[in-house]
Amino acid sequence: MSTEPVLLASLQPMVAALRADGRHVIGPTVRAGAITLAELESADDLPHGWGVELTPGGYRLRRRVDTAAFGHAAGPTSWKTWLHPPRVPLWKAHRAEDGSLTFTEPPPAVDRYAFLGVRPCDLRAIAVQRRVLGQGRFPRREHAADPLFIAVNCTEPGGTCFCVSAGGGPQADGGFDVVLTELPGPRYVAEAGSPAGERLLAALPREAAPDVTVADARAAVDGARERMGRSLPPGDLRRLLADGAESPVWDDVAQRCLSCGNCTMVCPTCFCTTVEDTTDLDGDNAGRWLRWDSCFDLDFSYLHGGPVRTSTRSRYRQWLTHKLGSWHDQFGESGCVGCGRCIVWCPVGIDITVETNRLANK
Amino acid sequence: MTGAMAPVPYRVVAREPETADTVTLSLRPLDAGIEPIAPGQFTMLYAFGVGEVPISVSGAADGRLYQTLRAVGAVTRALHDTPAGAVIGVRGPFGIGWHLPAAPGRDLVLVAGGIGLAPLRPALTEALGRRDHFRSVTLIVGARTPGDLLFTAAVAGWAAAGARVEVTVDRPADGWTGRIGVAPAVLDEVDLDPANTTAMVCGPEIMMRFTATALLRRGVRAQDVQVSLERNMRCGVAWCGHCQLGPLLLCRDGPVVDYGRAAPLLAVKEL
Amino acid sequence: MIIDATALAGHPFLAGLPASQLDVLAPLARPESYNEGVRLFREDAPAAEFWLVRTGQVALDIHLPGRGTVPLETIGTGGVVGWSWLFPPYRWHFGAIARTPVETIRFDGAGVRAAMADDAIGKELAIRFMTVVVDRLQHTRLRLLDLYGTGPGSFS
Repeated sequence: MSTEPVLLASLQPMVAALRADGRHVIGPTVRAGAITLAELESADDLPHGWGVELTPGGYRLRRRVDTAAFGHAAGPTSWKTWLHPPRVPLWKAHRAEDGSLTFTEPPPAVDRYAFLGVRPCDLRAIAVQRRVLGQGRFPRREHAADPLFIAVNCTEPGGTCFCVSAGGGPQADGGFDVVLTELPGPRYVAEAGSPAGERLLAALPREAAPDVTVADARAAVDGARERMGRSLPPGDLRRLLADGAESPVWDDVAQRCLSCGNCTMVCPTCFCTTVEDTTDLDGDNAGRWLRWDSCFDLDFSYLHGGPVRTSTRSRYRQWLTHKLGSWHDQFGESGCVGCGRCIVWCPVGIDITVETNRLANK
Repeated sequence: MTGAMAPVPYRVVAREPETADTVTLSLRPLDAGIEPIAPGQFTMLYAFGVGEVPISVSGAADGRLYQTLRAVGAVTRALHDTPAGAVIGVRGPFGIGWHLPAAPGRDLVLVAGGIGLAPLRPALTEALGRRDHFRSVTLIVGARTPGDLLFTAAVAGWAAAGARVEVTVDRPADGWTGRIGVAPAVLDEVDLDPANTTAMVCGPEIMMRFTATALLRRGVRAQDVQVSLERNMRCGVAWCGHCQLGPLLLCRDGPVVDYGRAAPLLAVKEL
Repeated sequence: MIIDATALAGHPFLAGLPASQLDVLAPLARPESYNEGVRLFREDAPAAEFWLVRTGQVALDIHLPGRGTVPLETIGTGGVVGWSWLFPPYRWHFGAIARTPVETIRFDGAGVRAAMADDAIGKELAIRFMTVVVDRLQHTRLRLLDLYGTGPGSFS
């Protein structure tokens, strides 16, 4: 497998090739005042020249001075929308005249995707979700059939990014088919990470990437590592959260948190679901669906007549403790990749790094 | 996804009313059934068109599955009322069940509160199947009233098989000549060697905590006390995240957990 | 000596009591058996003794007009029956009856009160009686919670 970097002058041929291959190309695009993920018809749909201002509870599009397509971060959508969609059918059931029941599961998904513009934090998030849902005793299939991942290294961290202190970094580290680094032009240094990625690049118009260009690309990514705007505290966060159940920090957050659940919707690793049972009017046909759910929902912990976690305090504690602490106990790693979406999309601007640092310092 | 989420159809071949609101359903699969289920493990039982609930198995023998359930909500009411001959859905087995001690010569104490006797029954049956492995086998049953006692016809058989069975009720009825009081209080009457005791406790969470405290006060080690924990369960297969109790996913790391692990988690309000 | 210190130490309520204290208590105790249905004491009667239950079940009861005598709680092996002898007005608040044949150790209440004037015995027995009362209280509260119930008034 050749992993020699190549230089692409444009992403048009790539997008066209992927679509010709029968894949839905999902990537960032400007929609309703934000850069969200959606199906792209061509590389023109990428948000060339658009950047974002990111603050706790704040997200604004702004015009860039260049035409970079990937000069942004922390949009409100993540790739879980396609890998584990918000509502999937689990089975249909039919009751026959003799009372017997037959359960029919849907066939595996056949939609083929290419995910264009996957940031390293999101690559890690996809791996985290695969670990949670795909490696237990009852693995859950991803909805996409054999997706292609075209990652993009980060050269410009967003104001709310903290991937480095979350154990990651601006450099994609495996799990991709192709990784791009965007340089001014824009031009793209592209490297294959798999045989499928190599085949994709081999079919595109490209040049060999000069060493100096490759060095520039590496330097741009390394530079991003130093410019993170915030960080989680160092040390054993599992222990910190396990010991922190009665910390006054939770009471303080509870005064601000609306338990709206935005953080769980935008978080690329949040995976909680609920099951929904339906029936038709005749009563002979029933179905079950798997639907996204949030631990902030009051019914989430319902038991014997009421929720176990009634207070906002307990629900925020559950979310943060799970994400940074008990995720280790349950799945052997942290649940947070430092993408910063929860900070941006919290309507009151609660910052997970600030709250965790408060826990560490109290 | 196969086998995890699609229920397996089982026919109700018999219904045994236990109390005014509790029934034991005898179930047979229409085709191939679920894998063998161990005492303390649970299944998700599906009432067609209504919904699903987690129920710990109360017996498994001769190709039949026995599920004892109390009608307390829409789904359990539908399951409870399922007539003989009708079909329900079963998913499972899930979870970690009761752990009978491997070391011989121990005192085995089972303490059941209310419907908690149902998940303990298969553990008792298994223990009595090799009664000589234990120095003693004791079952303490607590119920609200004499009319709420489960499996009353089986008690004589358990005693004949070598179990000491002690029953107590919260509220006596006329003609009741047995104990009146809570299950933890009966522990004081049981002769056991605390250093060599394995206890299994099942019932409402508060009842389990008081019983475990009484056992610890007798000198039984926390890791030798097993409890069956309960939280909201939607999927049973560690997908949905609902059944978390701190670091534990109860469908996968429980529901049976040793008290050494459970006690600090149960002590945190709204965990 | 009708009952010796070793026999006393065999009962869980007195287990671990220093030998010197057991020697003081032994003369105040004697073994007493009751057939099933025999009453140990009536409510409102003077409370002058207490019992340690060795085997069998004793029921505490109360008389309700129109309902008759209603059992409230049973006390079995290892249990203690009666503490109203410890405080004025030294009268039973409930009755007690042998629900099965019962073997007990019966203590002279006034004698034990006098013995408890000694600080060491007084403190030791007071704490042991307190433990019994606290346990009963906790158990009563558990029953109040009606954990096995599902109707209104139940906390299950």
